[in-house]
Amino acid sequence: MTASEKYVAAAYAFVFVVVLLYVLIIATKLARLEREVAELTELARERRVAEPERKAVAVG
Amino acid sequence: MSYLADVGALARKDLLLELRSRDTLPAMLLFVLSSFVVFHFVLPTGTDRLAAQGLLWVAIVFTALLGLARAFSAEREQSVLDGLVLATRDLSAIWFGKALSILAFLALAEVVALPVFGLFFGRVELRTVAAVALADLGIAAVGTLLAGMAAASRARELLLPLLFLPLVIPLVIGGVGATVADHPSSYLGLLALYDAVFGLVAWGSFAYVVAE
Amino acid sequence: MTRALRQQRLPILAVVACALMAAAIASIAYVAPVDANQGLSQKIFYFHVPIALTAYAFFAWGAWKALRVLWKRDEAADLESYVAIHQGVIFGVLTLVTGSIWAKISWGVWWAWSSNQLVLFLVLFLFYAAYFMLRYSVDPGPQRANLCAVYALFGVALIPVSFLAIRLANDFIHPTVFTSNGPQMSGRMFFAFCLSWAAMLALAASLYHVELAGKRLDSRLRELREVLAR
Repeated sequence: MTASEKYVAAAYAFVFVVVLLYVLIIATKLARLEREVAELTELARERRVAEPERKAVAVG
Repeated sequence: MSYLADVGALARKDLLLELRSRDTLPAMLLFVLSSFVVFHFVLPTGTDRLAAQGLLWVAIVFTALLGLARAFSAEREQSVLDGLVLATRDLSAIWFGKALSILAFLALAEVVALPVFGLFFGRVELRTVAAVALADLGIAAVGTLLAGMAAASRARELLLPLLFLPLVIPLVIGGVGATVADHPSSYLGLLALYDAVFGLVAWGSFAYVVAE
Repeated sequence: MTRALRQQRLPILAVVACALMAAAIASIAYVAPVDANQGLSQKIFYFHVPIALTAYAFFAWGAWKALRVLWKRDEAADLESYVAIHQGVIFGVLTLVTGSIWAKISWGVWWAWSSNQLVLFLVLFLFYAAYFMLRYSVDPGPQRANLCAVYALFGVALIPVSFLAIRLANDFIHPTVFTSNGPQMSGRMFFAFCLSWAAMLALAASLYHVELAGKRLDSRLRELREVLAR
């Protein structure tokens, strides 16, 4: 490879790596969001079990 | 007419406050003079004349920054700003008044600083004075708005230089160009263009900075 | 039909971006001829310039959304403006790095103050990096939306004024050594360039929507948590 070939390859590779990095960041974020959703689902389910007798009551 | 009366009253309030407390202007003067002394020792022999012309603009920008950092401090400490927002008919009058008082401080500091600069580093030419005058307008217009922004944030004094310096790079380019280039007219034109564009944007958008 | 299209916008956009990017890379490699003067190194141009143009598009889009925040009191536009500027900064950094590599091949230095575009991107990078500082030192709410929107509008005023200033600055800092030869692109070069620009815009649009979806999901989840905690 000549020097200019190397630099051209480096430039394109850099862009590629940044896009990959972006995918990585999004993946981490997605994992976090998934965990949070699971947590919230659990919370919602516990609520349903704990207070099943709660009914709609006219207020006032 | 009432708009101009508001602007006048607001600017007069700042100048009176400064006359009583003497907080900002002496600090700006002392800062600009000490930076000249620092410049003398920064510049190697033989490079003085031209390089100092450029450094003059460093001194102006940072002195302005010093004044701007305190621009809204009185309002913030006494929480006057909320009252002003309620009392002023057109919110941009607050910006106008504050920009005028900042301009006055800057001009007063430079009335002393430019002759001293001439004394230390050689003559200050007329075109430099014109460039400084034009740049002051832009600095006051943009700086007042950014100082208002920074005052609303948690970082305050830390944030202002970060917001201010990238925005005044065109002013520095125009100023240095007008000072050292062979044909200063295009640089003076750039400064005037900057003043017009950013003056309008700042005037139009200040209401959003202070209001909810 | 249009409703289904709207809901499927992101996958469609991503597919289009992939297809265009593959076509662009193929045409850069095989269709575009090697430049007579600069040789192979000119091929950086097909990525560098579209990335730079995309960064401008993002800044303009961010400013447009900022205008909607101030003008129409559109609350969703605040997040959109922020995401657009965020993406613009990423593309700006890519422009700086690819430009710097190109400067190294062509002129033998990693940084050339005489390259107006690079200097402008450096100024813009500093300006928009300060945008994040501003955003993260104000509590979320209508005031933050206003402050950020005003600052984003300053950005679009700064771009042309800085460009003019930096062009003028080259005259006194040092005379122009590297004259840019104008658009002397051959038809096939121009084709590769346009294709690559379209690919970059499609990629940028899909990244923008992914980021936006993530941020919206995040805030919805926070709301849900608050509702459940009650």
